[in-house]
Amino acid sequence: MIDALSRPQSVAVFGATSQIAGSLLQRLRSPALRHIVLAARPSPARDSLADSLRTDTTAVTVLDFDASDPDSHPGVIDAAFAQGDIDVTVIAFGVLGNQADFDADPASAVEAAQVNYVGGVSVGMRVATRLREQGHGALIVLSSVAGERARASNYVYGSTKAGLDVFATGLGDALHGSGVHVMVVRPGFVRTKMTEGLPEAPLSVGPDDVADAIVNGLRHNRETVYVPSTMRFVMSGLRHVPRSLFRRLPI
Amino acid sequence: MSDVLLSGWGRTAPTRAHVVEVSDAAHVAAALLHAPARGLIARGLGRSYGDPAQNAGGDVLDITGLTGIALDAANGVATVAAGVSLDALMRECTPQGWWVPVTPGTRQVTVGGAIAADVHGKNHHVDGTFTAHVARMALNLPDGTLVDVYPGDALFNATAGGMGLTGVVVEADIQLLPITTALARVDTDRFDDLDSLMAAMASGDDQYRYSVAWVDAGTRGTLGRGILIRGDHANAADIPERKRTLAFDPGTLATVPALVPNGLLNKASITALNEAWFRKAPRQRRDELQSLTAFFHPLDMARDWNRMYGPRGFLQYQFVVPDSAGHVVQRTLEALRMIGATSFLTVLKRFGAEGPGLLSFPQPGWTLALDIPTGVPGLAPVLDRLDELVIEGGGRLYLAKDSRMTPRTLELTYPRLAQFRALRAEIDPNRRLNSDLARRLDL
Repeated sequence: MIDALSRPQSVAVFGATSQIAGSLLQRLRSPALRHIVLAARPSPARDSLADSLRTDTTAVTVLDFDASDPDSHPGVIDAAFAQGDIDVTVIAFGVLGNQADFDADPASAVEAAQVNYVGGVSVGMRVATRLREQGHGALIVLSSVAGERARASNYVYGSTKAGLDVFATGLGDALHGSGVHVMVVRPGFVRTKMTEGLPEAPLSVGPDDVADAIVNGLRHNRETVYVPSTMRFVMSGLRHVPRSLFRRLPI
Repeated sequence: MSDVLLSGWGRTAPTRAHVVEVSDAAHVAAALLHAPARGLIARGLGRSYGDPAQNAGGDVLDITGLTGIALDAANGVATVAAGVSLDALMRECTPQGWWVPVTPGTRQVTVGGAIAADVHGKNHHVDGTFTAHVARMALNLPDGTLVDVYPGDALFNATAGGMGLTGVVVEADIQLLPITTALARVDTDRFDDLDSLMAAMASGDDQYRYSVAWVDAGTRGTLGRGILIRGDHANAADIPERKRTLAFDPGTLATVPALVPNGLLNKASITALNEAWFRKAPRQRRDELQSLTAFFHPLDMARDWNRMYGPRGFLQYQFVVPDSAGHVVQRTLEALRMIGATSFLTVLKRFGAEGPGLLSFPQPGWTLALDIPTGVPGLAPVLDRLDELVIEGGGRLYLAKDSRMTPRTLELTYPRLAQFRALRAEIDPNRRLNSDLARRLDL
């Protein structure tokens, strides 16, 4: 159960080896936290993350999870909930890709859509069923401001996040009153392994900033969280810029 | 019957449950037999601060439909349905010369809730907890059977303070206290620091049936200065005839509106309220006659006062420590002042002997209760550290107030927990009774 100070007792992260997930898990550690489920592809990073989080009072379960294989998801989600309720579930997986590569290999664009959107729907729907049954819990979905308005430089990625974002936002409304809190997180440019080598956009943030914003959002029951929070107003303006002008903007 | 979001008095961590209304014991038995996989818990007037009367994804039994009071006015024994509030019981019995022997700071709790939390009042050091005055409970066991349990029975001891997890109490016989007036004779003393307050309580409480101290937990003034309020029922023979009355007519002064913004009760406003409260009290006053409502339930004058804390809610931190760990009282006030966690309703009291309830809270020593808004930055780790002091000192936290304790703290502080768990496993192997509190703490 989440306690009066918004501290979860159990957390499950799908795409647990993302840097944002790692920062978030560090912040959710507390004497109240009893169980962490790390769902990710097998890797040394996953195992060392598990080791770093395990304590006398916090057990860690590691699950093999491939976002691009929806057929495998029911089993993984069953395993994640096998030991009881999950208070906070995080959908943290996603690929950024590169527009030039997508252009050269359309199959890779399909695969990005498969992971980011189809994978998100697959996990999100199944987790939602569980949370509705348990009558409480939070589902945190890592979206992106890239999904708010398509840009020529990364519209495939943007479209996958747009789909995921609409899905999660609608899910949040569908679950209103069910005791389940869905939080859609829209970071701007985040400096991580995923964005290494890319030119930094204005208002860029680190994974710790995103994690802080999520913890704050949990405390205040936020439904939509922009990181940084000023991005909300930037995007609000950008949404209304005429296309002829928008496509010439250096973003 | 409907699905609703429920939270406790502190308005934190709401969860969804299916609310089932019941009006007699047969309904209760049927509800138990049809309990869903996530179980059922009884809920009264929702005055527990945290999560004991909520049950995410399961059923919540609204017992306020269980009504009915039968008073044997000759012997002062009231047979009361579990959904009856202490308020209703007092309105019925006080004019007939009988007083509810144990009352918490509010009358707005049900008899069922008072048993489940084994509540205490200002007279714990003399009269013990609520269940010490319960002569019989009619209990619907998890399998639906209705049994009478009596003091000394294993089931009685598990149910007294058992947070509703041993069955659903549908009725109880309560031995009331004879009174000749509905007035209290009250002595008030103001102390400028915690040491003199605690010394006066330790040496003088035994001379009073009722004793409680209000402590200033703002950020100004000497830490722990406070007002000690002690008294007993006024005897009709001792007061002028024109003042004698058994009338019990508590009023409500105001209702707090539904929409109060977060932060209205903040460090500055709570400190100012504390300052005013302290200044208002006389340095010393003797034999003041007060109505029983003013003496016992001043907060009941404001309805829904929990809304004052805004939608983010608040929590109450209440612990008891033995006399040997009395320093934890001061350490707690210091630690909370350090982070600006001010409390308006801060109550210090001495407890008497421990009762037989397996999960009953009171034990001899000091109990301190503070109401704190949950939005105070850095509150969680400070309370975690205070938990450790309570554990080291041999004390415990009150389940009816708790909304953040860990199972480890519970295990280290309730020595009869294993007995309670064993009994629960025996009478309720399928967990027909369950609550958010039970899940959070592995009760």
